[in-house]
Amino acid sequence: MSPRPLVIAGVEFSSRLFLGTGKFSSGEAMRQSLEASGTQLVTVALGRVRTGGEADDIIDRIDTSLYRLLPNTSGTRSAREAVLAAELAREALETNWLKLEIHPDPKYLMPDPIETLQATELLVKRGFIVLPYVHADPVLCKRLEEAGAAAVMPLGSPIGSNRGLESRAFLEIIIAQSRVPVVVDAGLGAPSHAAAALEMGADAVLVNTAIAAAEDPVGMAAAFRLGVEAGRRAREAGLARGEAARGLVRAEATSPLTSFLGEAGS
Amino acid sequence: MSFLDEWRRHDFASVSRRIASKTAADVRRALGRPRGSVDLEDFAALLSPAAAPFLEDMAQASHRDTVERFGRTMRLYAPLYLSNACANVCTYCGFSAHNKIRRKVLTDPEILADARVLKSHGFDSVLLVTGETARVGREYLSNALRVLRPHFSGLWIEVQPLPEEDYAQLATDGLSAVMVYQETYDEAAYRRNHLSGPKADIAWRLETPDRLGRAGIKKIGLGALFGLSDWRADAWFTGLHLRHVETVHWRTKTSVSFPRLRPHEGGEIPVTPFDERDLVQAACAFRLLSPEAELSLSTREGEAFRNRAFRLGFTSMSAGSRTNPGGYASAPESLEQFEIDDARSPEQVAAFLRSQGYEAVWKDWDQAYDGFARNAPEALVS
Repeated sequence: MSPRPLVIAGVEFSSRLFLGTGKFSSGEAMRQSLEASGTQLVTVALGRVRTGGEADDIIDRIDTSLYRLLPNTSGTRSAREAVLAAELAREALETNWLKLEIHPDPKYLMPDPIETLQATELLVKRGFIVLPYVHADPVLCKRLEEAGAAAVMPLGSPIGSNRGLESRAFLEIIIAQSRVPVVVDAGLGAPSHAAAALEMGADAVLVNTAIAAAEDPVGMAAAFRLGVEAGRRAREAGLARGEAARGLVRAEATSPLTSFLGEAGS
Repeated sequence: MSFLDEWRRHDFASVSRRIASKTAADVRRALGRPRGSVDLEDFAALLSPAAAPFLEDMAQASHRDTVERFGRTMRLYAPLYLSNACANVCTYCGFSAHNKIRRKVLTDPEILADARVLKSHGFDSVLLVTGETARVGREYLSNALRVLRPHFSGLWIEVQPLPEEDYAQLATDGLSAVMVYQETYDEAAYRRNHLSGPKADIAWRLETPDRLGRAGIKKIGLGALFGLSDWRADAWFTGLHLRHVETVHWRTKTSVSFPRLRPHEGGEIPVTPFDERDLVQAACAFRLLSPEAELSLSTREGEAFRNRAFRLGFTSMSAGSRTNPGGYASAPESLEQFEIDDARSPEQVAAFLRSQGYEAVWKDWDQAYDGFARNAPEALVS
């Protein structure tokens, strides 16, 4: 049986692997990687689109009949800039979907939670389907959900670091209490990281560097596809999480807490 | 999405069947989950007949999780019945409009007289209870809260479901928490038992916790009246409701109560089985579903049972309860809503808890920052 599809803002995705399109060595490498990954949603940096008519080898190679575009606001540093970028993206790419990404710091590219919440409120009012990229902050994710975010995209570890699910304890809380899909974004360096995220209950993952910068991007894209599928299937099959965690009382043990229920009157 | 929509997606009879079909393997898997990661399918397994042989495992896990989260404490509270006037006709309740009893609505001096008795026992949290009629609507409650606010740090209500704006107003009058029990999530049983009056509107009641959450009420109490329908399915729906409140109204605290049908004035109705063993199973299942929810153990239960069951996941107990308006002072002989079973005084209950290594907590600490608690600023800086 195929894993259940993911639904974001009413749109169904059978693939739970989203891809970024940066850092590929060529448009052709990217095209083949997208194909091998089985993805149905790809992010594109708005900076790429605003080239004033000049052909961008990468953008032109994305077959929009196969992949839904998710423009991102990478490079913006405030809510104001992000709203401007979003409007430009909507016009240029004819989609109201948006990965909201605001990082004022150019060194670590850490998302700004305050500007992100403000921008989400503004963009939802303007009719955007907003998927904000944030720290693995459970309260922030609930606030974004209330502001109307269509999904939340907490980071697994610093972007581009390939360190995997360093934020695991917080992702678990976000997943447990979210009413919108949770897409783990940033820091996933290996298919096993992606599998672990899906096993944990994340609805999808977004991967870029680990595939684009691999020696064989196409091979790595295929590997991530398998990792994501494995993780999701394991989740749906009823993964035995920490089976020994509570330590079941053995059958011959006494019942100190409940033996009274067998007494008279029960 | 409101809870009403969520409720409509689940058929009560199908949920009953799904619970009945759970296996020992499902229960083992549920018990294997780390704390806080039991989902609603696991919860169904923990409520199922297949969980019966695992009751000791559930009790130990529930006890451990409760101590880790709450410590060895038990909050004591008492109900204060303000009125037995009621416009509803319900098959199971002594206050039902068809019952020929003298109706009473406490005046300010009568409220204060009961309050003084409760204070003298040491209570600092009180649950105000009324029937459902316009006579005891928002204005009456606002007044009662203002009258009692100087004397108690925790003021909860268990009254008719109100509009969102009324709850918002009551919050400014000092309301801390609202208990609103669905009685049953089985629509057919609900209609059989709520024959007329405002309570016959099941949708209005189902959406009450959503209105409370939107109004910013700090704690919402849920529960089903076990005995009206299949208790396992009713408990599961209560869990669904709990999860809904926890995730949608995530700033709000939750509590769950386990009332079960007791003898009352007005005749017998068929009661579906729900015994003490079932009550323990339900409470432990709720604790494993939610490490954070407060679980309340009623004085409807007997002393012997309460003395053993209190450590299996519960965090609050009523004590010395009278369930009639004026029952503590002005009208001790008036008709009770239901009979209580544990007749000990609050002091006796507290002493028993101490003998078991538990601290009795009288104060509602949650209210320390809401601007109402007496001496709150001093307590904060000293």
